[in-house]
Amino acid sequence: MSDLTDLTLAEARDALRSGETTAQALTEAHIEAVEGAGALNAFVHPTFDLARAQAEAADERIRRGDAPDMCGLPIGVKDLFCTKDVASQAGSKILDGFRPAYESTVTDKLFTSGAVMLGKLNMDEFAMGSSNETSTYGDAVNPWRAGNSDAALTPGGSSGGSAAAVAARTCLAALGTDTGGSIRQPAAFTGIVGIKPTYGRVSRWGIVAFASSLDQAGPMTRSVQDAAIMLRAMSGHDPKDSTSADLEVPDFEALAQQDIAGKVIGIPREYRMDGMPEEIEALWQQGIDMLRDAGAETRDISLPHTKYALPAYYVIAPAEASSNLARYDGVRFGYRAKLDQGDGVTEMYEKTRAEGFGHEVQRRVMIGTYVLSAGFYDAYYNRARKVRALIKKDFDEVFAEGVDAILTPATPSAAFELGAMADADPIQMYLNDVFTVTVNLAGLPGVAVPAGLDRRGLPLGLQLIGKPWAEGELLATARALEERAGFVARPEKWW
Amino acid sequence: MSTIDRETARKVAKLARIAVPDEQLDALAGEFTAILDFVEQLQEVDVDGVEPMVSVTPMRLKRREDIVTDGNRQGDVLANAPDAREGFFAVPKVVE
Repeated sequence: MSDLTDLTLAEARDALRSGETTAQALTEAHIEAVEGAGALNAFVHPTFDLARAQAEAADERIRRGDAPDMCGLPIGVKDLFCTKDVASQAGSKILDGFRPAYESTVTDKLFTSGAVMLGKLNMDEFAMGSSNETSTYGDAVNPWRAGNSDAALTPGGSSGGSAAAVAARTCLAALGTDTGGSIRQPAAFTGIVGIKPTYGRVSRWGIVAFASSLDQAGPMTRSVQDAAIMLRAMSGHDPKDSTSADLEVPDFEALAQQDIAGKVIGIPREYRMDGMPEEIEALWQQGIDMLRDAGAETRDISLPHTKYALPAYYVIAPAEASSNLARYDGVRFGYRAKLDQGDGVTEMYEKTRAEGFGHEVQRRVMIGTYVLSAGFYDAYYNRARKVRALIKKDFDEVFAEGVDAILTPATPSAAFELGAMADADPIQMYLNDVFTVTVNLAGLPGVAVPAGLDRRGLPLGLQLIGKPWAEGELLATARALEERAGFVARPEKWW
Repeated sequence: MSTIDRETARKVAKLARIAVPDEQLDALAGEFTAILDFVEQLQEVDVDGVEPMVSVTPMRLKRREDIVTDGNRQGDVLANAPDAREGFFAVPKVVE
């Protein structure tokens, strides 16, 4: 059998069931890989003792013939998920020392189905960022390098640690979350698969909230089949999240095998941006050709409000964040600033939040405060919510006209160097999400699939957008793309 | 066109309960202005008669029995507090 860390989730599952390997052997191989990958700064809170105990329990279940899909499979978990008695800081200093007394619904479901947690993964602070540079733990580093350069590249963000860990084969799969592109952009930057499910498919309970009307958790994996397996284990109605949908969870793995002949794939003309690199344009065309080769019909479509998605997002997301992050006040959990003689409660709040939140988080909380403040609420927040309704209507209309899925580039560029955006206007960083953010605003499922390499040898991804609740169908289309793209490149080990 | 001045930046920081030193207010005001300029594009959109979105996946919120489902976890609730005493969260003096 090949190296245990090279297996896909599906191969590892099957090898465990057939007795070719054990959960303990798989776990030890991955612990070794994590220990050897410190330079990537992906795992920020390793939980090896827990992993070993979970692996032992998983082997026992497998012996009894009671092995659900995720049983015995070592994964990493984004630091945004609350994990019982394990540090859960959302990449922020303000949650320094926080150890939840409860387990998020998603991690609970995965553990119930036997998954093994190797540790918590680096991320942008409160999931606000596209490069993993706003983290209190320092930058996560992309295992990929451009050509012969040894410059450190971003793994993307905010789920940068998750992407780096999966691409570097330090875990079989990882949990990410996506508010504006935070699963799909890092997946594209590291040559892996990442799906953001339909809003409501996966419970948000126990995930540190950023923008509650946009946040969804999803799997980050090395194949479409793996994404289907893990998504099924994560999904389902949860009475503790009132926005979680009470719908049956289909067998995504089986649905992902389906033929896509006759499906109609929309190609939105508004995603052809000015100044888009030729390589991205060419990759998109290759994607169109691959889906045609799979028997799909492609059709030019229009989503006229696309250009307003990012501006609407940068009103709605900060507004929700300013409300969600009000709870970090130095009273109930995490960090409290040292106070001077005579300081009262207000000084405690102000100093704690100034010292505990990083710059990008402070900026977004304040922008959110401003757009929600008296006199501006209608002009900014309500207008953005109306534009959001129009963006969703654009999608509703093309789906009503018979389009089954939409193909776009995943990102406007390949991974860039860490530090490259340090002096840029914040808007430049926000443009990373230009192709992904519409999907969150419309609540749709979207998946990034690795589809090729740029001329410097860095991975590039394509995005497929599906109809609400049609993740299975979407994954079948993603699989058709994956098969034809034949993406086998992997980062050369330097760490 | 909204330009955020130093005084507005100070007010917003106060509302958000984030201490911002005086010497950083101008830079912050500049960043706010850049972001608000960017979102200004929203003013071009014809939104007449459009309802602001409330829920992206329209569904009726579920109801449940109005009964106690959890509680008696004082220890858990206080376990992560920076300062907890005698079963309470402790904060600096509020009333003189």
